[in-house]
Amino acid sequence: MKRLSLIGYGVLLLVACVLPFLVSEYRTFQFTLVLVYSIALLGLNILTGYNGQISLGHGAFYAIGAYVAAVLMDKAGFPYWATIPVAGAVCLLAGFLFGLPALRLEGLYLALATFALGVSLPQLLKYHHFEGWTGGVQGVVITKPDAPEFLAVLGLPLNQDQWLYFFTLAITVVMFLLAWNLLRGRLGRAMMAIRDNHVAAEAMGVNNAMVKSLTFGVSAMFTGVAGALGAIAIQFVAPDSFNIFVSLTFLIGIVIGGLASIPGAIYGALFIQFVPNIADEFSKAAPWAIFGLFLIGFTYLMPLGIAGAIRLGLARLTGKEHNSQPGKP
Amino acid sequence: MQNVGVRFGGIVALDDVSFDVPAGSIVGLIGPNGAGKTTLFNCLSRLYECGSGDILFDGSSLLQVPRHLVAGAGIGRTFQNLALFRTMTVLDNIMVGRHSRTGTGFLFNSLRLPVVVREEAATLEKSQTLLRLLELESVAQARVADLPFGTQKRVELARALASEPKLLLLDEPASGLNHEEVGVLGQLIRDVRDRLKLTVLLVEHHMSLVMNISDHVVALNFGRKIAEGTPAEVQRHPELIQAYLGGAA
Repeated sequence: MKRLSLIGYGVLLLVACVLPFLVSEYRTFQFTLVLVYSIALLGLNILTGYNGQISLGHGAFYAIGAYVAAVLMDKAGFPYWATIPVAGAVCLLAGFLFGLPALRLEGLYLALATFALGVSLPQLLKYHHFEGWTGGVQGVVITKPDAPEFLAVLGLPLNQDQWLYFFTLAITVVMFLLAWNLLRGRLGRAMMAIRDNHVAAEAMGVNNAMVKSLTFGVSAMFTGVAGALGAIAIQFVAPDSFNIFVSLTFLIGIVIGGLASIPGAIYGALFIQFVPNIADEFSKAAPWAIFGLFLIGFTYLMPLGIAGAIRLGLARLTGKEHNSQPGKP
Repeated sequence: MQNVGVRFGGIVALDDVSFDVPAGSIVGLIGPNGAGKTTLFNCLSRLYECGSGDILFDGSSLLQVPRHLVAGAGIGRTFQNLALFRTMTVLDNIMVGRHSRTGTGFLFNSLRLPVVVREEAATLEKSQTLLRLLELESVAQARVADLPFGTQKRVELARALASEPKLLLLDEPASGLNHEEVGVLGQLIRDVRDRLKLTVLLVEHHMSLVMNISDHVVALNFGRKIAEGTPAEVQRHPELIQAYLGGAA
């Protein structure tokens, strides 16, 4: 099974590498967004899927990451690539600090607290004293980066969209490797242990408070990195593009993709990027009704998310014992 | 481990209870429902604060130790109604049990530095030894929630042993087991004690199990210690007979 999934990831990466040469520039841009969303969903999945802390406000960290990137490029003259680690670090700290008081909240109450964060942040971004930085309601426009020149010298000329796609792909691979490492080790097990039984986890020596708040920080860091990449791809940030709907979409993404599943983040990202478009093609008048149908259909047919359904399908194919457990990365 | 002295006072659940658990022995804690056995256990693993008195382990007080460091101090436990990580595999449950014996942090784990790789390999090896000891190898990759109750109990024991405790607290290990399984369990507890040089404190309703395997028995009733001694001594103790069977003193 392990070898099988390694081959699977290899094939996936290969497909991801040839993709931008096969499709239009606009599609390339859309796939860049899929990669961006997959990092954000991975971040939320670490928190909600693996650690059992529900967040209805991860759009806030996505927005913080995006604004950090935009402001640094626009006001401080940072090159686009240098904004990514800064956005990650800022969100790591923000997430950790938010995670500390959130320790006292569980389940739906934590959902409410994070919802408060998600709804309030877009309005705080409009705050007029910050306007010099954030551009207020107008937001910040940033320029799209060109492919580095050495690529053209090497005989590999990429247009802007293709370059941005590969840049995002490289960071996506790094982020997924970091997450995979974290989740398969002692701290990943500690996160899941807290999710399953926090009293027993503590009795096994897990420092629940520390693990939970650091998990919140790491989760926010992933989502913040995604936000920065998203801002660079879209070349524009404005408060209203980070409304509460972003947070809800992320939650939909991890549930549809598969809770506590690393590849689930990719499936979920494909869903939240393309299903609204498909719904739009079905019916211009009521795209959300179609989207709703898709949502119900997916949850009904794949109660463990797309990742769970694929795991089940593979298990049947290889004739292995049915093992539908979430929680094993 | 040297003598553990347990003294409580002032709280209703436990009233001024003191006893020693000599190193290497199996001590049975008995008493009717509501006698305060589990309360005492939860004080030991710091789930409850005790109002007065002190608990000494290895010569130093446990009451200043934060809850998550109790395992690291050398006290492992199982729970009355099972507290396993139900969606995780048997192997992963046991590996969580080694959390207190490992120490790498978020950054090192994310980067999977060589020190983490070594630590993980050691964790896996120790956990596999416990799988063998408790005959759980065949279900190592099974999800705990899918296993029968008796097997889950063995998983919990393995998880508790994974932290290499000096003192093992067993909260009603026989509950829910049939007669035959209880016999096997008694043998297993003795066996584990001898092999791993443990001290065991056992809370149990199942009188024959306690009397068979304990070196020393402490009886509680209404939060007070009513009898203490070898199984044979305690069995003859009039207050205990009264507590269990009722009737005039």
